[in-house]
Amino acid sequence: MRTTLLKAGLLAGVGLFAANAAQAVEIEYWQYVFDARVKAMDQLIENFEAANPGITVKHVTFPYADYQTRVVAAHAAGRGPDVVQLFYGWTDNFVDGGILQPLSQEAFPHGEIEEAFFPIVTAMKRDGEYYGLPTAVRSLALFYNKNLFEEAGLDPESPPQTLDAWVAAAEATTKRDGAGNMISAGTTLDMAGQDHHWWREVLVRQFGGAPYTDDYRTVTYDDDAGRAALEWYTNLQLEKGVGAAGFMDEGQAAFRAGLAAMTIDGTFRLGAFRSIESFEWGVAELPAGPDGTRSNYSSYFANGIGASAEGEELEAAEKFLAYVTSPEAMEIWLETVGELPARREVALTEANLADPIYGPFLRGLDYAHTTLFVDEAAQRQLIIDATNRILLQGQSPAGALEQAAAAEQALIDARN
Amino acid sequence: MARIAARTSEPGVVGNAPLPLPTGPEAPPRGWHRLSMSQKQVVWAWGFLALPILFYAGIRFYPTLDAFRLSLTDWNLLRPANFVGLDNYVRLVSDPQFGQVFRNTFAYLLIGTPTSIVVAFVIAYYLDRVRFMHGLIRALYFLPFLTTAAAMAWVWRWFYQPPPIGAINGFLASVGIPAQPFLRSTEQALPAIMVTAIWAGLGFQIIIFMAGLRAIPSTYYEAARIDGLGEFAILRRITLPLLKPTTVFLVVLSSIGFLRIFDQVYNMTTNDPGGPLGSTKPLVLMIYQSAFSSYEMGYAAAQTVVLFTILLVVSLLQLWILRERT
Repeated sequence: MRTTLLKAGLLAGVGLFAANAAQAVEIEYWQYVFDARVKAMDQLIENFEAANPGITVKHVTFPYADYQTRVVAAHAAGRGPDVVQLFYGWTDNFVDGGILQPLSQEAFPHGEIEEAFFPIVTAMKRDGEYYGLPTAVRSLALFYNKNLFEEAGLDPESPPQTLDAWVAAAEATTKRDGAGNMISAGTTLDMAGQDHHWWREVLVRQFGGAPYTDDYRTVTYDDDAGRAALEWYTNLQLEKGVGAAGFMDEGQAAFRAGLAAMTIDGTFRLGAFRSIESFEWGVAELPAGPDGTRSNYSSYFANGIGASAEGEELEAAEKFLAYVTSPEAMEIWLETVGELPARREVALTEANLADPIYGPFLRGLDYAHTTLFVDEAAQRQLIIDATNRILLQGQSPAGALEQAAAAEQALIDARN
Repeated sequence: MARIAARTSEPGVVGNAPLPLPTGPEAPPRGWHRLSMSQKQVVWAWGFLALPILFYAGIRFYPTLDAFRLSLTDWNLLRPANFVGLDNYVRLVSDPQFGQVFRNTFAYLLIGTPTSIVVAFVIAYYLDRVRFMHGLIRALYFLPFLTTAAAMAWVWRWFYQPPPIGAINGFLASVGIPAQPFLRSTEQALPAIMVTAIWAGLGFQIIIFMAGLRAIPSTYYEAARIDGLGEFAILRRITLPLLKPTTVFLVVLSSIGFLRIFDQVYNMTTNDPGGPLGSTKPLVLMIYQSAFSSYEMGYAAAQTVVLFTILLVVSLLQLWILRERT
């Protein structure tokens, strides 16, 4: 008698517990630590939980330097996140490694994705399936110091629109001391920063070439256009002397300190530059090439669904992903983080396009390219090295580029 | 004394567990009680030692041995590892970067170790004779050793900057020497980084040398002076030979330190790690990049096996060269 009661009680308990579990699903969201992003995501989670009472989202963050390793290691240990943020350039690795599952076509129809998002979203597509969607996207633009422009007699309200005008502005704003040492640069030259993207996706195209074939599996920049682009870039230091690699340690540091009139950087730098108080700065579209060609490099962090999510958790993860890539979330993200909305209708509003800061970045998105890297750090290193061989060792641009192209092709081939 | 005698005396004679006499084949004394006092002590000793040994085996020896196994695979953290034989080693030998990294690593070792030992000895030798503010000076030399390597590296990184902000170039300009590229030069970058590493380790070496100097009995010096030996002869005949154990210790420690150099290089060249053009990249940084930037764990493991071998050979070589000749 007693045991029956006990059993009944136990069963009831289990039943209650199960009912509770069905009501409260907890999913984990992983991203790296960056104050504004963490704050924005906390707000999104709060809104999401208010609208979906049965679901709680645990927000887990790691330092950026460890982030990718943590995701990979957690997957190896069988404890991956349900929704995970990833750089689009990691997609190959994450898909091959089975960290992500494809987004279900019922929840995220391809037609809708391709219509609503900027075309760069296709960088998340592998074998006809999407593996993630971005909340926000980034592009490059020219930042310029209005005070230095004015000092040099340039109009601070009409930044250079072409490469020639850009070089002229850089020449006008470069300052040297009696010994010939640069004390203020016309432009920053920092291949380790965003310049390698600028060279790859913008300059090479503006000089009439293409950096890779369309599938990014074959390097094609080792031609006249690529050579001309690299020679033009290195001559900014060697011949024109309007900048110096390593000046003020980093390009962004030089600009921030007011010691460089211009720098090319991304939307993600806006937060850091907003705290500048010693001078006024402006943003302009990247200068157009000799034949008027414009180009830009766009990148983004996407949110994907972890391979281990299934059943209720998968359902909750899909709901959450749909929310963080919704127009509402994108507006919150733009306000809090300053990154551009990934949906065209949210991004290309009249107010945004007229915005003196967001406008140039948004216009850049329309003609932007997104490089499909196999190992971004290693590919960046090859361009840094090619530039250094020209700047430090006097190698010819042709030789330096040939070496870089061969090494990069080998790197790409080794990963396929 | 009595206790020690008790411990070492014959089992069964003294102590609280007299040797049980066999009472017959059907009831032999078993287990713990059968052990003699000294046997029990051995068991206890091993019992206590087992914990650190197991711990070390688990976190040190097992991973070390596992690295050898990993170096024969193509593991990349994501896919299951495949056995690839010696492919990683073949690739390493033909990797042009590895040749340079190898040369860099030995440049850190072969220039860094002797320089730091000589400088540390000279400072310790003279500091030993200074009475005025001895403690303060010693503390000042020791201070860098207590500072975080990353913080120091960043301060030095800014010292080495080109004009208008680099402190060293500012000083050079004030005495009329043209600006030097330092970290932006393939020739100057490695020595520039090595100087900071030597400086960082100097305090520790000075303290150890001074302890060694103090340990030499002053009667030797007195006898030598009575015999009319000059200062240099005393240094050569008495101080240096008697400091040999200290020197061996420091040379081995410093060599291992320079072979494993990472913090300074990584922090001073984060934008172009080990650059420019790989001219400052040591083996450990190459391992780090292979493992945690490119996720080629097998290839990185092969590099660690090479580093392990180098460390082993260099350490054994030094112990052999500087061994006591009897």
